Amino acid sequence: MSAPLLAVEGLRVGFPLSGGLLGRVRTLVAVDDVSFELAAGETLGVVGESGCGKSTLGRAVLRLIPASAGRIAWLGQDLGTLDESAMRARRRDMQVIFQDPLAALDPRMTVGDIVAEPLRAFQPDQPKAERRALVEDTLRLVGLAPEMINRYPHEFSGGQCQRIGIARAMVLRPKLIVCDEPVSALDASIQAQIVNLLRRLQREFGIALLFISHNLSVVRHISHRVMVLYLGRVVELAPTAALFARPRHPYTRALIVAVPVPDPVVERARAHVPLGGEVPSPLRPPSGCAFHTRCAIARPACARDRPALETDGARRVACPHWRDGAG
Amino acid sequence: MTEAHAVPAVEAAALAPAGRGLWSDAWRRLRRNRAAIAASVVLALIAVAAIVGPEVAPHAIDAIYWDRVDAPPDFANGHYFGTESNGRDLFARTLFGGRVSLALGIAATLVSLVIGVGWGAIAGFIGGRVDAIMMRTVDILYALPFMFFVILLMVYFGREPLLIFVALGAVSWLDMARIVRGQALSLKRREFIEAARAAGTGTGAIILRHIVPNCLGPVIVFATLTVPQVILLESFLSFLGLGVREPMTSWGVLIADGARRVETAWWQLVFPSAFLAATLFCLNFIGDGLRDALDPKDR
Repeated sequence: MSAPLLAVEGLRVGFPLSGGLLGRVRTLVAVDDVSFELAAGETLGVVGESGCGKSTLGRAVLRLIPASAGRIAWLGQDLGTLDESAMRARRRDMQVIFQDPLAALDPRMTVGDIVAEPLRAFQPDQPKAERRALVEDTLRLVGLAPEMINRYPHEFSGGQCQRIGIARAMVLRPKLIVCDEPVSALDASIQAQIVNLLRRLQREFGIALLFISHNLSVVRHISHRVMVLYLGRVVELAPTAALFARPRHPYTRALIVAVPVPDPVVERARAHVPLGGEVPSPLRPPSGCAFHTRCAIARPACARDRPALETDGARRVACPHWRDGAG
Repeated sequence: MTEAHAVPAVEAAALAPAGRGLWSDAWRRLRRNRAAIAASVVLALIAVAAIVGPEVAPHAIDAIYWDRVDAPPDFANGHYFGTESNGRDLFARTLFGGRVSLALGIAATLVSLVIGVGWGAIAGFIGGRVDAIMMRTVDILYALPFMFFVILLMVYFGREPLLIFVALGAVSWLDMARIVRGQALSLKRREFIEAARAAGTGTGAIILRHIVPNCLGPVIVFATLTVPQVILLESFLSFLGLGVREPMTSWGVLIADGARRVETAWWQLVFPSAFLAATLFCLNFIGDGLRDALDPKDR
């Protein structure tokens, strides 16, 4: 079997925090022991509560922040062994879309310059006319009028800015786009347009998407597989349909139950078991299974032993007791 | 929200300005700012007067008229601004002083722009150890007493006019470096910088294309403030006998001399001061205009 587009093994990202003048240096582990594979043209959704390391994972995959441990392989080649310039050349195939569409665009650059930036980085000798034509093509591709290339980001709405961001990511026709909460800052109606745009681009160009979001409905709509993170660890990874139909990990179940159903009759009849408490601080993660402090089916052993990620067909789940809670 | 493709092409084309890029857009916006344009014209006139004025003035800057010491302005004998306490023509000396003051102001500001902006942007953006070393260098230069530095230079190299440029240039970029570093520090956390890195843009190109253009607002305002600061600093040096040498002069020297005689010979203070004040006004208007013109959000 050929190597997958992206293979991540045991990825760990820690941020050193200095403990003041005399305090010892502590490490905040944002992502711990995360492994997954992403095939070409596939969408992997990454979900979890705020602060569970979703965005950190996305940035670490692109090597925008350094990983503390683990391996990120691109078509079988370990990105960790590349030096800065070799990594820069790799970036041609991997792009990113950010959460805040306006903040991700330089306020002093025109739309044309923003979209052309990756071209300037990778094809510095490209003739101007050719570059302009490519930029206009890409703007059309994301549903923007090419006449807008001389305007500035602040003249656009959030949805249009996100389209500009997508155009910048698409202009090199990459193989992977990391979407870091691409629709969280947008209105519901615009969210659907942007998600459908991403799906269309994926179908047309066979792009793999790492789709990070806390919005389960959106993730369900766009993803082939979904990975659930809790405090930087994978708790469940499964094909979308299976995950939503029969969630195994108690945390996944709690997340899915928390999604409101847009039908008041059904919604009222549903059994609500709200997830109690707050996400524990990643600085002092609970012992054993990190979720045991909030888990409905936790038992004494859960506080002691960290559950391994068990593989069952296409699914992986990090809870040895999931059968007990299945209703 | 009006979606992009819903906007008719004609309307979009009408909205889109013809200008391309930061500088051509800025120039178009600056032309619409009447105060800035008027200030530029006045400043250009002052500069031209300073450059050609001393050559065409009726009297030389170093000609001494013993019979006309402290004479008031008089158009009949060509002393348009009167004479000073040594009987030299104030009109020629004021224009000549403009040469020295403007040249010093512009040179020191250019030094502060080039070195200060480059230094601050690199230190702030790269950060870490590079930042620490670069900014400690600035601190050390800052802590060095300016007068001590000037006197040292004079002792080693003699009293060269060029040294005044060197001395003023060496101190004027320090504040600029700090201002730009602060800006760069806050800018580098912004998402568009991360986007540029993800797009494969190298460190140098990010500093040039993203950090420096986004620092321009405070940089331009500070640069317009540097010019008068340097002009006044030069007059202070001259007052101590470390600046320009007689019979050369500068606005700072003329103002200092004139201030001492304001009760008996008002023109010795008023004319050089008027030129300096007019220059500073113009610089402020131009600086404001440039700052607005360079900010695309401020249409």
